[in-house]
Amino acid sequence: MASEKKTTVLEASEVSVGYSSKKKAIAIAEAISFSIAEGELVALVGSNGIGKSTLLRTLAKMQPELKGTVSLKGKNINEYTMLQLATEVSIVLTEAPASQNLTVLELVTLGRQPHTNWMGSLSEEDISIIQNALLVTNTETLAQRKCFELSDGQLQRVYIARALAQDTPLILLDEPTTHLDLYHRASVLKLLKKLTKETKKTILFSTHEIDLAIQLADKILVMTPEIAYFDTPKNLIEAKRFEVLFPEDTIQFDPKTGRFTVKN
Amino acid sequence: MHTQPTYRGFFILLLLLLAGAFLINVSLGSVSIPFSEVISGLTGNGTTKASWQYILIEYRLPKAITAMLAGGGLAVSGLLMQTLFRNPLAGPFVLGLSSGASLGVAFLILGAGFFGGVMGGFLTNEWSLVIAAALGSFLVLLAVLAVTFKIKDTMAILIIGLMFGSVTAAVVAVLSYFSNAEQLQQYIFWSFGSLGNQSWQGVFILSVCCFIGFGFSYVSSKSLNALLLGENYAKSMGLHIKKTTFLLIIATSILAGSITAFAGPIAFVGLAVPHVTRQFFKTSNHFVLIPAVLLSGSLLLLICDTIAQLPFSEYTLPINAITSLVGAPIVIWLLVRKRKLLF
Repeated sequence: MASEKKTTVLEASEVSVGYSSKKKAIAIAEAISFSIAEGELVALVGSNGIGKSTLLRTLAKMQPELKGTVSLKGKNINEYTMLQLATEVSIVLTEAPASQNLTVLELVTLGRQPHTNWMGSLSEEDISIIQNALLVTNTETLAQRKCFELSDGQLQRVYIARALAQDTPLILLDEPTTHLDLYHRASVLKLLKKLTKETKKTILFSTHEIDLAIQLADKILVMTPEIAYFDTPKNLIEAKRFEVLFPEDTIQFDPKTGRFTVKN
Repeated sequence: MHTQPTYRGFFILLLLLLAGAFLINVSLGSVSIPFSEVISGLTGNGTTKASWQYILIEYRLPKAITAMLAGGGLAVSGLLMQTLFRNPLAGPFVLGLSSGASLGVAFLILGAGFFGGVMGGFLTNEWSLVIAAALGSFLVLLAVLAVTFKIKDTMAILIIGLMFGSVTAAVVAVLSYFSNAEQLQQYIFWSFGSLGNQSWQGVFILSVCCFIGFGFSYVSSKSLNALLLGENYAKSMGLHIKKTTFLLIIATSILAGSITAFAGPIAFVGLAVPHVTRQFFKTSNHFVLIPAVLLSGSLLLLICDTIAQLPFSEYTLPINAITSLVGAPIVIWLLVRKRKLLF
């Protein structure tokens, strides 16, 4: 199977995520281990409240891990400064940018911040990276529009363009398909697939689109209350991992189609 | 090829308007001085009457400069607050900064009764008013910020700012009750806001404070731009949130504090000017917005001051009343026209 040895980009071993207060640490998800290689598209699935966002935030060092180690390119993320990390990992969050008054071009340009000087002045290279980010995400016609004028589908592409402008080997996305119709969900995920194939970027995204993830992702991280499974979609289906994802009283997983169906 | 506009035309226009408003401001006053005399007085060629020269150099010029510094400074601090709190309603007044400064000054002027003669000599020093006002606004801002770290809801922060305002008013009321008529009058006159009666030394101190504030603001432009995306995105792009927040708070309290100390609490400029400026400078880039807001604020307060001194009459209205009379309709008009305030 694995004929060529790929470099590992992101690795987690026995990581627990959650929130710690002065008194105690409240773990939301525990014992998460996985290893993502360069150019892989990895989906993160699990029911609401299982800790997908918390895990992504922990991987981006936006909150500390409770246990275990997260390493990026073989180095513990805690050894990176935030600025160094900003050139390695970019993130697309579920929250909208605080300012709706930004133009698309301004928003995407902000992605260059970790690479520019205190004045934020753009070099030829910066401009061509921004241009490329707009082009790849098919948002160049929106460049002068303000964020509040855009539809959810357009906005999502713009957020991805910003992450691309940050030009990091690893991109984390938190539910990039929420609020989108089926067509736009599929096209966002296809865009991610294209990015991993053509630009060798490594992408980890959380999603509720399990059927789309099964079709498009190279690997899937399935989070359940007890443990997280990490494997290829095919192996996960064979091991019946999706069956335990949700309580079985309402929906069930059909291994043949890779979809959930409503129980009668 | 997409490039970001530089708005050079708007900047030139603003500078021209500012120069025009400046000349009109210094030409008008209770004593009528012919325009040609004003020009020759300002350029150092002397005027035909010695008193005119004195009025120009010792009264009108410092007042016009104070108006420009105060207007620009308040507007910039409003812009910083709007971005820092990511709330279009934020401004030095709404967040209680001006109330904090008032409290500092109230303690200094009215509290002198409590502390006896020790404060007497201290009071006459112009720096002491500035320090008291800056400390007051700094403390309120710290309190607002402490709440911000606990509560994520920006609406709550504004309400807390308003609460600080009423607490301040209450404390000032208690202080006034125990102070004598002379101190009370001194405080009341300060609270009307006045750009006049500034010595050149005062203008110098104010300029030093304002330029430190402008400097801090301008070098924070890149961080301010990142903050437009929200704290989490800013962090993910390597921004040091705590350092940035601290720098912005220092800049704002120096600006709002020193201006309030010299000119009294001036309402609405901080809230209204950034919004008006955004109507013309359709950008969120703080490298453009900060100078634009600075110039617009200067222009607005200069015009307000020209109105306040009621040309050709001996009366001077409180500047605070004029800015509210001009500022409130602008904010209402913007809301009605745009149906929402964006920042």
